[in-house]
Amino acid sequence: MKAAVIVFPGSNCDRDLAEAFKAAGAQVEMVWHKDTTLPQGVDIIGIPGGFSFGDYLRCGAIAANSPICQAVKAHGEAGGYVLGICNGFQVLTETGLLPGALLRNAGLKFVCRNERLTVATSDSLYTRGYNAGDDILIPVAHHDGNYIATPEVLAQLRDEDRVAFHYADNPNGSMDNIAGILSANRRVLGMMPHPERAADVGHGGTDGARLFAHLTEALASA
Amino acid sequence: MKARVHVMLKTGVLDPQGEAVRHALSGMGFDGVEGVRQGKVIELDLADGTDEATIGEMCEKLLANTVIESYSIEVI
Repeated sequence: MKAAVIVFPGSNCDRDLAEAFKAAGAQVEMVWHKDTTLPQGVDIIGIPGGFSFGDYLRCGAIAANSPICQAVKAHGEAGGYVLGICNGFQVLTETGLLPGALLRNAGLKFVCRNERLTVATSDSLYTRGYNAGDDILIPVAHHDGNYIATPEVLAQLRDEDRVAFHYADNPNGSMDNIAGILSANRRVLGMMPHPERAADVGHGGTDGARLFAHLTEALASA
Repeated sequence: MKARVHVMLKTGVLDPQGEAVRHALSGMGFDGVEGVRQGKVIELDLADGTDEATIGEMCEKLLANTVIESYSIEVI
């Protein structure tokens, strides 16, 4: 199983994400934002957290229009797997691979702490290692994680079982307590919390490791 | 030629920064500030003859996120 992790100027969770994939048994290639093509035979693309392009203009907006993101978009639209975490989630909404947008936190503060999430669905390769209703502890670290979408989109996410994670104690004002969502084909996941920061006993928690383990296992046998 | 693009959060989208500014103004004793909306102004220095449709495309593709923001273009 081969994962590609995209690196933008200002990404700061790229190596953490690569380590989480490697610990789960994946082979990882780092891909620079100026590249125009993805490595051959990539099973999943990881878009890491950080502050791509200094969060200038809007979080994720400039990254979403970088050369590599044209290839990421094409990969996603062709049914490929893409995992966007934190800034990566913002990039995915900016590319249009996921609906909605992420606004400044309702409390205006940067929130950096462990957050309890409730797994909303186990029906995806990302969440198959959990049961719906499971509570897991995953760190958040963001200033703009306040998920917003039209009532129609929110209803669609609910009806199609596409909310992956809810916040148990909403830290940012997100509509419907949404912490992560899936694309219609369930192959693109965007989430604000950082599972790669809860993937090793040294992190103080391993609830995120299951995501990578089950995802890697499923993609390897696909 | 120059153009100025105004980007604002759409009506109905909560603007916590504008709300914080409103709160600060009333704390400073300015009464009657009933609402504050904060947006951004982007000035573009363009080749003469750039048409407004092209500027509109810039707004749609990058300068504004039309999921949450509206924009207006002022050629100056």
